[in-house]
Amino acid sequence: MLDEIRAILKEHGRITVDPATLADDADLYLAGLTSHASVNVMLALEDKFEVEFPDRMLKRGIFGSIASIRAAIEELKG
Amino acid sequence: MAETSSTKAAARIGAEVAGPNSTSVDREARFPREAFDALKQERLLSACVPRDLGGAGLGMIELAQLCEILAQHCSSTAMVFAMHQIQVACLARHGHASAFFKRYLTDLVEKQYLIASVTSEVGVGGEMRTSVCAVERQGDRFKLDKDATTISYGAHADDLLVTARRAPEAAPSDQSLVLLSKAEYTLEQNGAWDTLGMRGTCSPPFKLRSTGSSERIMETPFAEIASNTMVPFSHILWASCWLGIATAAVSKARAFVRMQARAKPGTTPPVALRLAEVSGTLQMMRANVHDVAEECEKLMAQPDAGADVLSSMSFALKMNNLKVATSQVLVEIVQRCLLICGIMGYKNDSKVSIGQHLRDGLSAALMVGNDRIYATNASMLLVLKED
Repeated sequence: MLDEIRAILKEHGRITVDPATLADDADLYLAGLTSHASVNVMLALEDKFEVEFPDRMLKRGIFGSIASIRAAIEELKG
Repeated sequence: MAETSSTKAAARIGAEVAGPNSTSVDREARFPREAFDALKQERLLSACVPRDLGGAGLGMIELAQLCEILAQHCSSTAMVFAMHQIQVACLARHGHASAFFKRYLTDLVEKQYLIASVTSEVGVGGEMRTSVCAVERQGDRFKLDKDATTISYGAHADDLLVTARRAPEAAPSDQSLVLLSKAEYTLEQNGAWDTLGMRGTCSPPFKLRSTGSSERIMETPFAEIASNTMVPFSHILWASCWLGIATAAVSKARAFVRMQARAKPGTTPPVALRLAEVSGTLQMMRANVHDVAEECEKLMAQPDAGADVLSSMSFALKMNNLKVATSQVLVEIVQRCLLICGIMGYKNDSKVSIGQHLRDGLSAALMVGNDRIYATNASMLLVLKED
């Protein structure tokens, strides 16, 4: 799952570094993820993993790192 | 609106100082010096400094009331007051862990410093969450230069709160907030401030050059300060200023209709219907502003200072909706008041003159362009599911 998240970040995150080089817990916002780009990342994640992020998850912290994105998807997948 | 010692002081300053000077502030595009001397004397510049640091510890609701009251008398006084409180709120809510910022806030209570904001910059296209300039640390000091497209009351402020990239190698959105002291910065004015309205905010472009000690750089990332404090305070306090302007215009329309009614007792003046209509629109605007202010104050009083909800997308949408809706309805209300007052409202020298309210009101849609906000909301609505 981590590789798929990294691929989505690479395609839609518009961050300043290659996601392949980012640690799982690296701060994506410090890597240049903007709130606008994070929407595109969310849309791609919802499509890829066939989940819908409920509104309570749509906040900065959830999309703050690759690990926190995985945790959110795992929670939704049950 | 509940009366408190602060709202009473603001009402007095509005009626006795800000109001009588508002025409000259507007005509000459000059800073409302008299009003700010009076606000400082009443220690209202430290209104939102926490009580344990000596301030009045006012929350969002009462601050919004102060802005609304002042704006009924002088729009520029109210808007400068609002912008200053936004800066103080950022320091108070995010600087409490720092000995330096606690000391600064204590000093602010005593000396009533006026803080201006430097978020605008040449080359970022009005996007507050992006910076070109960067903080350059050298040992325990820093250097920071910024080419700002506008600094409201920049020449009249005691200190500046500036956004910049955290470091020269940081991404454009990886920003810090830095408090600059007047002794350590220079401002080179780079143009004029001769505008349609809000003329007393004196907001020309400046080239800023500064140095300072590193303790002046806030530790919390600006991203968090922006979503949890700067944006909610900005949108609610700006909307409160606009509500005050709308209220002032409607008061004039009411006075005009009463005048007409007295001239011909027994018949309801035809424009009284238009007044009835605009009174309802004003009530709706007021309900919107007060509702969001109350919700925000409740959130900010929570143990996590509201961080969880304030940083959510659904709350950002609500804040943005407040800004866009109030900035639009303000102009609608003022224009209707102009129609009610007719030629007496169109004259600049009549008691029911509406011109300045209209000119001031037109700035509301431009302070963070409404289309930019709509674009953000459109993007958020692609993933938000409920209201």
